[in-house]
Amino acid sequence: MNITILLLTLLIGALATYFSGKKSAAKVALSFAVIAFIETFVLICQHNSGFNADYSVEWIANPNIHIALKADGLALALVLLNTLLTPLIILSAWGKHIEKTNIFYALVMFMCFAMTGTFLASDGFLYYVFWELALIPIYFIALLWGNDTFEARKKTVFKFFIYTFAGSLFMLVGFIYLYQKAGSFMLYDLYNLNLSSKEQYWIFLSFFIAYAIKIPIFPFHTWQASTYEKAPTIGTMLLSGIMLKMGLYSIIRWQLPIASDAARELMPTILVLCIIGVIYGSIVALKQVNIKRFFAYSSLAHVGLIAAGAYTLTTDGLRGAVLQMIAHGLVIVGLFFTAEILYKRYNTRLISEMGGIRQQAPKFASAFMILVFASIGLPGTFSFIGEFNLLYGLSQVNLWYALFGGTTIILGAFYMLRMYQKTMLGETNSKPFADIDKTEGIVLGVIVICVIFLGIYPKPLTELITPSLVEIVSYIK
Amino acid sequence: MDTNVILLLLLVPLLGALLNICFGKKLGNGSGIIATLAVLVSFIVTVIAFFQVNTTKQPIQSDLFEWMAFANFKVSFGFLLDQLSLLWLLFVTGIGTLIHWYSTSYMKGDENYGKFFGYLNLFVFFMIVLVTGSNLLITFIGWEGVGLCSYLLIGFWHKNQSYNDAAKKAFIVNRIGDLGFLVGVFILAFLFQSVDYMTIKESLMHGTNHQINTWIGVAALALFIGAVGKSAQIPLYTWLPDAMAGPTPVSALIHAATMVTAGIFLITRLNFVFDLAPQIQNIIAIVGAVTSLFAASIGLVQNDIKKVLAYSTVSQLGLMFMAVGFGAYEIAVFHVITHAFFKACLFLGSGSVIHAMGGEQDMRKMGGLNKFMKATYATFLVATLAISGFPPFSGFFSKDEILMTAFHNNPALYIIGSLASIMTAFYMFRLLFLTFFRNFRGTQEQKNHLHESPASMTIPLWILGILSVVGGVISLPGNSWLNNYLQPIILNNAANNHHAFGTIEYVLMAVAVIGALIGFGMAYSKYIKKGDIPQEDEQITGFHKVLYNKYYVDEIYMKIIVKPIYALGTFFRDVVEVALSETIFGLGKIVDGLSLQGKKAQNGNIGLYLFAFVFGVCIILYYLFIAS
Repeated sequence: MNITILLLTLLIGALATYFSGKKSAAKVALSFAVIAFIETFVLICQHNSGFNADYSVEWIANPNIHIALKADGLALALVLLNTLLTPLIILSAWGKHIEKTNIFYALVMFMCFAMTGTFLASDGFLYYVFWELALIPIYFIALLWGNDTFEARKKTVFKFFIYTFAGSLFMLVGFIYLYQKAGSFMLYDLYNLNLSSKEQYWIFLSFFIAYAIKIPIFPFHTWQASTYEKAPTIGTMLLSGIMLKMGLYSIIRWQLPIASDAARELMPTILVLCIIGVIYGSIVALKQVNIKRFFAYSSLAHVGLIAAGAYTLTTDGLRGAVLQMIAHGLVIVGLFFTAEILYKRYNTRLISEMGGIRQQAPKFASAFMILVFASIGLPGTFSFIGEFNLLYGLSQVNLWYALFGGTTIILGAFYMLRMYQKTMLGETNSKPFADIDKTEGIVLGVIVICVIFLGIYPKPLTELITPSLVEIVSYIK
Repeated sequence: MDTNVILLLLLVPLLGALLNICFGKKLGNGSGIIATLAVLVSFIVTVIAFFQVNTTKQPIQSDLFEWMAFANFKVSFGFLLDQLSLLWLLFVTGIGTLIHWYSTSYMKGDENYGKFFGYLNLFVFFMIVLVTGSNLLITFIGWEGVGLCSYLLIGFWHKNQSYNDAAKKAFIVNRIGDLGFLVGVFILAFLFQSVDYMTIKESLMHGTNHQINTWIGVAALALFIGAVGKSAQIPLYTWLPDAMAGPTPVSALIHAATMVTAGIFLITRLNFVFDLAPQIQNIIAIVGAVTSLFAASIGLVQNDIKKVLAYSTVSQLGLMFMAVGFGAYEIAVFHVITHAFFKACLFLGSGSVIHAMGGEQDMRKMGGLNKFMKATYATFLVATLAISGFPPFSGFFSKDEILMTAFHNNPALYIIGSLASIMTAFYMFRLLFLTFFRNFRGTQEQKNHLHESPASMTIPLWILGILSVVGGVISLPGNSWLNNYLQPIILNNAANNHHAFGTIEYVLMAVAVIGALIGFGMAYSKYIKKGDIPQEDEQITGFHKVLYNKYYVDEIYMKIIVKPIYALGTFFRDVVEVALSETIFGLGKIVDGLSLQGKKAQNGNIGLYLFAFVFGVCIILYYLFIAS
């Protein structure tokens, strides 16, 4: 199958959703999202049987820009995460009244398209275009469909937009400089550049600003919690589940192989920053009163460790980073969905106003609990595989990194179990809480099954990504 | 064939767990039966496997599939039934079956009856994974899985937030140890390119060098920290007494007989690693000895029947750690087994008492129960004699061997261990006298309610009572079946057989018996002759108060660890977050100010703002790269 079909499906899906009218918009979007998932699955099967789906045509002759897509295992794994989560995210709001539904879902589909493009692009310029395109739909989703008053929202979403956009511009400058050196934006041309250590240093930093804001890495995270809070839950899921992985993925795909000497040189500083983020995010999470902000900080802690794994420059660390990206994507979307379910029933996001739900809604309580334990990396869940790879990768650089990064397993248990106790346990709540319905059950069920299945048998995914990572590590050395 | 045995062993309790968790409500009383049968099947499979391995001397093993792969090693989803894991399995599934059976009555009428058995089955499943894993990471699945079940079962009555607190505390404190476990795994994986027990053992048999030994020491220390968490030793023991919030069968199965011995299991499993780290072994012995005395001293004055038993468990585990610290693994294992018998018996007995008392756990309100509950009393008495170390009950032999080893290795620790044993005899008889002797001190209503528990509860008590008596036969002095049986597991077990059984051993035995008699005598004179009843909480003063409040360790931890973390959280949230946010936007404004004449940029036009920003950045980068 041609890789462009996948991108076209998503783009056409966005357009079709827009024109389908308010009533059927969600259904149309879901259909296209499911088709995209199936196509991804087919692509992965073809890839495993040795088919090379890379694609390249000239786009603009001068400057020399290509529509080049690279569908190696690494990219496909991230695309899989994207096209698996998108239908679930659409389903998560099934039946909910949304103003201008068709525009809303068209934006969701468009965002999925842009993010898929970001993961697949192997021409720097194309990559940059997709990278920025992904920002536009989420900006409008958060601005127009978010929580709170428009004015309060506007301030937060503006801050988010400017912040991430400005960060990306540094990357653009980096790419322009690279183009001047290489005469091309193509990935391998850039990999093969012989940059001086000073040049690498600046390239590394210009990329780093863009990624550190997107991921986010401490202390560039200040947009995160308030944006997650203000965005509608679908937007929060898109942001936390998929979009922040664009930054993590780009570290591996673009930043490290191009500026590997600088990466090695700056490694201690960056690892320390990442690990500070792990500890800092966990401790701030402890004191959050709003459940969405709580998950935002838990996410900060988790992605800090993922970034640290990527910056170890070892295959094990990189593998851990990719596996944990997928695990975190699944789990955080599930967790934000539980926040949404709680909100639907109790009309609040304040943890203190919940509690005493477990006996009333045993299915919801069980699914939520599995997600909580997956989030804290219980062995048998996929997060453990990622976390173990990450920490093992860190331990190979220096045992102290693994030890401090490893505090996540203690602090994670601390804040997650505390939250679960406050939201779910205790004397039965006087307000009735309906257990999950069928659609909610499907979303949570798919996530739970994926998390447990991949926790026990991660091999298909590991084998998919490892060859790409080995190749990338060979460029790093 | 091997694979089938292992799958049967694992999947039956897992299936029981899933059935009971998903369909518990529909199954009704059937869930107790299903769960009990599931564990019984595991027990039967274990017995068959045990005899097979005992005859063939070949472990049963199977790698189901490759679980994880790293740059220089692979981890298989592999299981190993050898002498050590089978021994553990025998008492885990054996006692597990009894406790499941007991619970069918004990938990009758609970609104989450089915779920209880689901969790209990799940626990057995993870415990089987823990002991049969053929590498450290499979063991770790079980290790954390039993922690999960412990969390679920301590907080089983989840409407009570203090129970939930206890559950949460157990999990978090254990996770401190788990980080140690993981660090140990990292080091061993780095040194041996494997986390497989047999591979590590083989590598070590080819000899090591000084540098590797240093790292092995670090790994041993890290793994020991893991064991300290799971087996409730100083300084991570504080979760275990709180864990008594769970239903009593849970305390018996998880927090006395099986899960808490996982630390001993781990160290015994890796005996060839720990043998290379003598300094760490020293630390283990000291920590064990100190814990045994410390916990026993707290146990002296507790009035909650389960709290006494909990501190007793911590103390007994301390003795086992002392033994492994001396490299006397088989002796530690011996005590693990006898302790499993008598402590399970004691907990189930206390459960029977609590059941009869309508939920009351305060011994000050009990008394005279021997008249009402003959079977419970008789089995409790037997188990008390066993734990106090009276011959010929099982605990006498195992404890005596530990103290003998201590005497030969480190006399100071021998004295500490002996003191702890005297205290044990005291607090156990105190418990027995206060609960079963003299007159009933509860309300009339409670008195009318008093009854012996049904047969499904007393039969398990009788079986455990008998095992508490005869359990010592597996390792009698001079003729140790256990020693020979564990020969293939313990690489270096010659070291502990160097002393023949002679005069000195008889003297030590006599000393131990006299010690137990002293403890018994003191309890007898205080609680039977004088008829003392422990004071009300408010009247307790002086050192007694310090002991009663468990040396205020929980309060200290709260003050120096938990509270500061919360304070830091508030500080980060309210101060640092705000400051960071402002600084970063401040930076943006500086760039903005440099690029255009400041005032024009203040018009709120976002495009202009961004343009200015980019323009400024471009100029800076141009000068940095191209102009230079």
